[in-house]
Amino acid sequence: MHPALRRAGFYLTRHIDGVLLLAVLLLMATGLVVMWSASNGSFARTSGQMANMLVALSVMWVFANVSPQVLQRMALPLFVIGVGLLLCVALFGEVINGARRWLDIGITRIQPSELMRIAAPMVLAWYFNRHEGSLRLRHYGVAALMLAIPAAFILRQPDLGTALLIIASGGYLIFLAGLPWRVIIALGTLAAASAPFLWSAMHDYQRQRVLTLLDPSADPLGSGYHTIQSTIAVGSGGILGKGWMNGTQTHLDFIPERTTDFIFAVYSEEFGLLGNLVLLAMLLFVIARAMVIAANAPSLFTRLLAGSIAMTFCTYAFVNMGMVSGILPVVGVPLPLISYGGTSLVSLCIGFGILMSINTHKKLVQT
Amino acid sequence: MSELSINPGIEIRDSERELQRYRSRLTLLGIFVMLLFGILFLRFFYLQVVQHGHYSTIAEANRISVLPIAPHRGIIVDRNGVELAHNYSAYTLEITPSKVADLNATIDELATIIDITARDRRRFRKLLEESKRFESLPIRTRLSDEEISRFAAHHYRFPGVEAKARLFRQYPQGEIFSHVVGHIGRINQREVEVLEKESRLSNYRGSDYIGKTGLEQSYEKYLHGTTGVEEVEVDSGGRAMRVLSRTPPVSGNNLVLNLDARLQEIAYNAFGNRRGALVAIDPTPGGVLAFVSKPGFDPNLFVDGIDPVSWKELNGSIDKPLLNRAAAGTYPPGSTFKPFMALAALFYSKRSPQQVISDPGFFMFGGHRFRDGRPVPLGAVDMHRSIVVSSDVYYYTLANELGIDPIARFMEKFGFGSRTGIDITGESAGVLPSTDWKMRRFKQKWYAGETISVGIGQGYNSYTPLQLASATATLANNGVMFRPHIVNYVEDIRTREKTPIEPKPLRNLELNPEHLRVVRDAMVGVNKDGTGARAFAGAPYVAAGKTGTAQVIAIKQGEKYIESRVAERHRDHAWFIAFAPADQPRIALAVIAENSGFGARAAAPIARQVFDYFLLGKVPQKAAETDD
Repeated sequence: MHPALRRAGFYLTRHIDGVLLLAVLLLMATGLVVMWSASNGSFARTSGQMANMLVALSVMWVFANVSPQVLQRMALPLFVIGVGLLLCVALFGEVINGARRWLDIGITRIQPSELMRIAAPMVLAWYFNRHEGSLRLRHYGVAALMLAIPAAFILRQPDLGTALLIIASGGYLIFLAGLPWRVIIALGTLAAASAPFLWSAMHDYQRQRVLTLLDPSADPLGSGYHTIQSTIAVGSGGILGKGWMNGTQTHLDFIPERTTDFIFAVYSEEFGLLGNLVLLAMLLFVIARAMVIAANAPSLFTRLLAGSIAMTFCTYAFVNMGMVSGILPVVGVPLPLISYGGTSLVSLCIGFGILMSINTHKKLVQT
Repeated sequence: MSELSINPGIEIRDSERELQRYRSRLTLLGIFVMLLFGILFLRFFYLQVVQHGHYSTIAEANRISVLPIAPHRGIIVDRNGVELAHNYSAYTLEITPSKVADLNATIDELATIIDITARDRRRFRKLLEESKRFESLPIRTRLSDEEISRFAAHHYRFPGVEAKARLFRQYPQGEIFSHVVGHIGRINQREVEVLEKESRLSNYRGSDYIGKTGLEQSYEKYLHGTTGVEEVEVDSGGRAMRVLSRTPPVSGNNLVLNLDARLQEIAYNAFGNRRGALVAIDPTPGGVLAFVSKPGFDPNLFVDGIDPVSWKELNGSIDKPLLNRAAAGTYPPGSTFKPFMALAALFYSKRSPQQVISDPGFFMFGGHRFRDGRPVPLGAVDMHRSIVVSSDVYYYTLANELGIDPIARFMEKFGFGSRTGIDITGESAGVLPSTDWKMRRFKQKWYAGETISVGIGQGYNSYTPLQLASATATLANNGVMFRPHIVNYVEDIRTREKTPIEPKPLRNLELNPEHLRVVRDAMVGVNKDGTGARAFAGAPYVAAGKTGTAQVIAIKQGEKYIESRVAERHRDHAWFIAFAPADQPRIALAVIAENSGFGARAAAPIARQVFDYFLLGKVPQKAAETDD
């Protein structure tokens, strides 16, 4: 091989984790196959998703090449910008489908809550790293407060799904940082006791979703419709599935949002329990690889951040599949790497890029 | 760093212990992940293996379908129970385009057994453009029994065509109530989005129609009712085999109006073939007794989608039948503004009732000659006479003395220049001129000369007949203002429970009773021996009124307005405001007859007919004659 080519190849791949990349690409390929069926063979929808994936992979490469030290320095500014943007959304955001989530920045519309999915765990990891070795109970309190600020903004938009996921990603991080067990038990008890108050603070449509989950037949024309139809789709798939492009629930228009939040119903109907097992295995492989990276990460900052990214990915997958199969309320969380949507793909790939950066820069430092 | 150098051993042990703790917690999370995925696997196993049979029957044979049952729409009746909007059951012939191979051939073939007009075809084509392919669309409505049995015999030849029994909305009073009752129509995409935003869409799954204008629109939430649900088992052909469960729909509520249908009809017909508007209000609770905008249109045309030819005819007509003149048309009030100006003069103590102004037939201001149209100058005029004979000069000088902003501040209280808040949409605010308004509207300062013609209700002044009627009602009611409302109460048809619509006073203008008496006496004088005397000759009740004439085109300096020389559309509008009986008012109104010349001649006789019927029950012998 020509030395210039070899050098270019080295620079292109030296911060890429091959194992993780392979798993991500496999999931994306699966996503495109399902997308074709879910969109009734729409070339525009499928190629659009492919374009989203290419953008996301480029972003992943960029983040893989940013060293964790730089990320650590970026954490606080990024978080402050994120909170600032959320404030802007609250003040001048555009209302779409009754929620104020989008910000028009002239060339395009952005959803600052997506930025927070990365910025919130980063700033917490940075904060714990700063106080490494001298962590007191109050530090956990401050961390919880830093998490609560963006979560409150997003909850007010209202976007319960994203808010809960951000709280979860921060929660995992605080847990990994060593939150004492006695506090965890105390908080658990408190949470159980305050459930009724949370209920009264929820929006009508959010309560509706919870009630519908408990009894989907209570509102078969409204919000229960999604759950009833997607459960039928999953159940009728059976062990082997109805075959690609053959899902009746999908192609007879019964599944709502079938290229986005409910794409798993399409997959499950057409590929059955066997397909589900393959998908679970692929997702589990990504999580396992991310956890291995976390376990071997060189500093507290990288350890915490990597652990949180791994767990957040897992939570996404669980919440989405749980919602489609009718064991969790409909909260509007996409299936990672499969559902249509550029913003979600990019924010996931930023996470993978960071994982790769953590894994590869460590080696370079050591040698 | 310093710590590290002082006690390196502890530091390393500490950090190793921390790493150990981190890894054990990561392991715990790993177990947690396995647990979550285990739950998912169990759920999939349960759905796809254990319950697979159940779900595949539902999905593959598409056996259970949830059918919405549309509720009956509430009806609308006048104060005496006369139906203004009701439902009747009839058959329609509907086509589902996605189930039909060749639409044109199918319609041609249908036309051989059932009468299908060119208008039906045009309307169907328009519906087709606006709808999704799998919706079933009506090609013919209101089929006769004979047509139904003929179609039933030939049904096998027409897959995708169904005869359906449906409820139809009908407006038996037609054009007379077109602007106030409004009409329903097929739900469009924009309305779907609004319903979705308000989380009301699921209640419309069985409904094809929604209120589009008038009361049908503004009281949609009351009229629509709650959709019922029927869970049925269907065979592969989509036919219902068995009802599994049923939640019955709840019918919409009925509207009982303040309007009097007979009064409305008399008022509408009193216009003859003139265009115009009339609003009559019961002063105390603010109930609207008549709400006429002429010409109207047949609202029944709109219910199933208007065909393009009829639409073009209505929308393109020079008479603008689709314009709600009573609430959205704005006109200069002309001399009907004078009683309110007189009240302003008394309020600001600028003039006493007895103060006499000399009227030489014109008023000079800044080199401009403001004319009074009459041939012989009036001479000495006091406040009473200024209203009775409608002196322009009296009010030119008064406006000049008051100044535009005090006038605007006073008139604002009567509701001039702002929406009355009546219970139908599409109301105009009109224009109450002031220095602020002119700066906002034209970015120009106000010139004192512009104040002069405001005094006689010309200039920038522009109000809706509804505003003028509401102001007259407020005057009749001694300055206590009610929000005009068309609906008296909403009635739940199951429980017979009545929910009244806001009978509370809006505000009290706190006017001096003595001032009110002066103006009221003058308005009684108008109908006794003033400009309204001819129209009210021989009336057995005492009515207070004021005529007005609103210029449509400006008359040049020194030129005289001669009606016969002006094109019909450029002739002045005739106004009349009135209330009766003068001491205990039961009805107050404003009427405008477009391009009909003097208010005394064209508008006052309409008011007389309305009062005669409302107060005496007298029905006019023949339709009013027109001057043109």
